[in-house]
Amino acid sequence: MTAAVKNKLRVATTSLAGCFGCHMSLLDIDERLFTLLEHIEFDRSPLTDIKHCGPCDIGIVEGGICNAENVHVLREFRKNCKILVAIGACAVTGGLPAQRNHLDLGACLREVYQTEISLEQGLIPNDPELPLPLDKVHPLHEVVKVDYFIPGCPPSGDAIWKFLTDLLAGRTPTLGHGLIKYD
Amino acid sequence: MSETHTFRLDGDEVPFAEGQTVIQAALSAGRYIPHLCYHPEFKPHGSCKVCTVKADGRAAASCTLPARAGMAVESDTEEMNDLRRTLVQMLFAEGNHFCPSCEKSGNCMLQALGYDLGVMTAGFRHFFPDRPVDASHPDLLLDFNRCILCELCVRASCEVDEKCVFALSGRGLDKHLVVNAVSGRLADTDVALGDKAVEVCPVGVILKKRVGFAQPIGARRYDARPISAQALDDAPRPGNHRSGCGACEEGAK
Repeated sequence: MTAAVKNKLRVATTSLAGCFGCHMSLLDIDERLFTLLEHIEFDRSPLTDIKHCGPCDIGIVEGGICNAENVHVLREFRKNCKILVAIGACAVTGGLPAQRNHLDLGACLREVYQTEISLEQGLIPNDPELPLPLDKVHPLHEVVKVDYFIPGCPPSGDAIWKFLTDLLAGRTPTLGHGLIKYD
Repeated sequence: MSETHTFRLDGDEVPFAEGQTVIQAALSAGRYIPHLCYHPEFKPHGSCKVCTVKADGRAAASCTLPARAGMAVESDTEEMNDLRRTLVQMLFAEGNHFCPSCEKSGNCMLQALGYDLGVMTAGFRHFFPDRPVDASHPDLLLDFNRCILCELCVRASCEVDEKCVFALSGRGLDKHLVVNAVSGRLADTDVALGDKAVEVCPVGVILKKRVGFAQPIGARRYDARPISAQALDDAPRPGNHRSGCGACEEGAK
């Protein structure tokens, strides 16, 4: 391994209660991915299929917290990553999944799995393998300390690129007009 | 025209006419002070506090603060902008501001202010309140989830439309927008599409039906230019205040 390779920053990414749209947006930096890969290497990520996160410099988490497994994964990221980044509307605000927060969870499950008109003898899934849903969906900062936030649904590839290049260069990331977006 | 005096805003001389508030004088002079519940066409309300400045060392809402000759005003400072960011964050945490599904996105003052101040997160624990929408009116939708209690619709409906369709009810955390009808439904009021109250909502509470998302991304109000630039374009409009509203006086009898 060359010295340059050793100095690469290790980055982990995951999608919790998200849609992978933010990961798609990360891929939207297109050919700049090659430049990025000169500076970083991926740890746990949908891109590597590594199942657990080891010690990392940067953890990028998409999606909010909607079930018990999300909490475990987020804590694993916080424990292992020097810098934790919440990416996208769901990670930052709870987003779309949090739109159930004013509804009763039991009523939601009954409507989806039992009383919905097309269902006959529906069952609410209760396999022990399935993580239990939380009463409410939470943004990441309500569960662990988050160092940086990139809002947007999803943030554009350009916003992600600006953020990452600022961070890699040792500057405080700032997005500015046109790149900071909540929608 | 009354005699012109000056005060200092962030070290620069700003002229003002007798009776002008600090924000009126600043905007007339092409100087932006972030604001939310202030609207050049209406009497200041002083409720959102986003326009807070330090005047001779004391914090005050610049929309209600009369300009005085020689006054030293600090606005574009880290301290004031931090305060404004916190206020915007609290508004985002208190309501349900889900921008990705909001028709007002791109045209919303609260959102644009968040962008301009660099608010990356609401920071606080979100309230996720339960606020059902009122879709009873054939032409208008009321989405209470996004209300920031600026009272612009209340002021416009009374002062301009002379209908007093809207009001705020409750106190403190319970304060909320209500519709002035026995049923509480918008359909049972005489609110109409062309009303000033409909036009003036800075966020996505009072929405016209069947026109949502008609404006493409890129052509929306705050897409090209930040609110700080946009506000200066809109600024020096003369106030057109009428003191009484027929409907209110009728109701008071």
